[in-house]
Amino acid sequence: MTIPVTKSRVEDKLYQNRYLVDPGRPHIKVRPHERPSANLLALTRVCPAKCYELNDKGQVEITPDGCMECGTCRILCETAGEIEWNYPRGGFGVLFKFG
Amino acid sequence: MIEDEFDAIVIGAGMSGNAAAYTMASRGLKVLQLERGEYPGSKNVQGAIMYANMLEEIIPDFRDDAPLERHLVEQRLWVMDDSSHTGIHYRSDDFNEAKPNRYTIIRAQFDKWFSRKVREAGATVLCETTVTELVHDAKGKVIGVRTDRAGGAIYADVIVLAEGVCGLLGTRGGLRKMLKPEAVALAVKEMHFLPEEVIEQRFGLKGDEGCVIEAVGTTSRGMAGLGFLYTNKESISLGIGCLVSDFAATMESPYVLLDALKSHPSIRPLIAGSEVKEYAAHLIPEGGYKAIPQLFGDGWVVVGDAAQLNNAVHREGSNLAMTSGRIAAEAIVKVKSRNGPMTKRNLALYKQMLDRSFVLKDLRKYKDMPALLHTNSSNFFTTYPRLMSQAAQNFMRVDGTPKIEKEKATTAAFIKARSRWGLVSDAVRLAFAWR
Repeated sequence: MTIPVTKSRVEDKLYQNRYLVDPGRPHIKVRPHERPSANLLALTRVCPAKCYELNDKGQVEITPDGCMECGTCRILCETAGEIEWNYPRGGFGVLFKFG
Repeated sequence: MIEDEFDAIVIGAGMSGNAAAYTMASRGLKVLQLERGEYPGSKNVQGAIMYANMLEEIIPDFRDDAPLERHLVEQRLWVMDDSSHTGIHYRSDDFNEAKPNRYTIIRAQFDKWFSRKVREAGATVLCETTVTELVHDAKGKVIGVRTDRAGGAIYADVIVLAEGVCGLLGTRGGLRKMLKPEAVALAVKEMHFLPEEVIEQRFGLKGDEGCVIEAVGTTSRGMAGLGFLYTNKESISLGIGCLVSDFAATMESPYVLLDALKSHPSIRPLIAGSEVKEYAAHLIPEGGYKAIPQLFGDGWVVVGDAAQLNNAVHREGSNLAMTSGRIAAEAIVKVKSRNGPMTKRNLALYKQMLDRSFVLKDLRKYKDMPALLHTNSSNFFTTYPRLMSQAAQNFMRVDGTPKIEKEKATTAAFIKARSRWGLVSDAVRLAFAWR
């Protein structure tokens, strides 16, 4: 038996969602670093909205526009100070139609 | 913005916050509820199954106008490997009763309804307002909150922290510790829309009957996890969740797991032809009894997911949230009625009442379960599911092999995979954690 290998495109999933982006006020920031820790690197795979990506210098960057505010990255990286995590301002961010 | 002083401020308009705000407001307390979403429910995510009994305790006639999807008549518990599922199904016409026991719901719609009830009970509900910090007096008692709206602090005798699983205010305010990655699961889900009659045909349902599937197995790729499928009126909620610590260790992507679940031969036909209209992610507290933080203090109580009140074994959360919100509110009303100050000592009543309820009794019963399942995840979530599938197939397939040899092969496969000692040890530890 085989399970067909489908390339998962999270962008297609996020496209279904409703967001109100707060321009110029990202609610999550990554602290500047030379080399990412294992947990920070894991976010490039584990973040369910794929907000974290590796740049060509091998550092982790974030674009939180598609963030669903689950808090996984906060659990993994806030204590070590690798990211700064806040909720978006009231009314902004993801707006679940069904939830 | 708001000059008034309140008897209570409730932070968050999810299940626990709405239960608390409704209970206090309907008993005459002056209640302010703050919610960061555009409308109550816009930040809330759940499977979702709603347990009638716990809502009846708060709003007895909720069935008259609450947005309910389907009442459950069938539950399927599956153990899956890559090509199969082995299942226990329980379906009973007894669940077709005048006041059904469990319903599927869609949270954004349900929470709007619940919030309307809260406002009708007399509470002030303010949305699009993120609480940024708790305000303390000189002695450290919590006396109010600050928000991201213009204006100063808002004061109240007591603050009910119904802020959800992330619990930013409580953790940053030093009321409780940060969640550990091994005590919380990340779940992702999609809403698959299908015509009502197609759902009814595929699951053998009539009218408002509903069916749910919950599945463990190789779909979580060795991680401690659970897949789920819930039938709504004209949609199917399909998702999978695994421990955050396991995600970090394996670097698996949750959306890849979800897509693999969708293409599993046992799931694919159930959702064929559906239109996906939303993708959501949410954390679920999984630490059980041992992860429950301090529940009350000077001027505050914590309820629901923020208090880690979730029964992972029975997959119950929203009912524990509603009940903890209601009980906290009842304790506050009691303290208030005898003109007591909202001190840690007086608010201990909340914990005493919660101890006597099913909430803490159930969580105490399974206190050792998280440690067992989370430290042996690949055995329970991959090895045993594979063995069960092989055993079932060996039993069903008729190929001329003498039955005695088939039985021997099945036994040998279990021993080879886990050793005699491992099998006995797993069984004993499971039995002890369950009792």
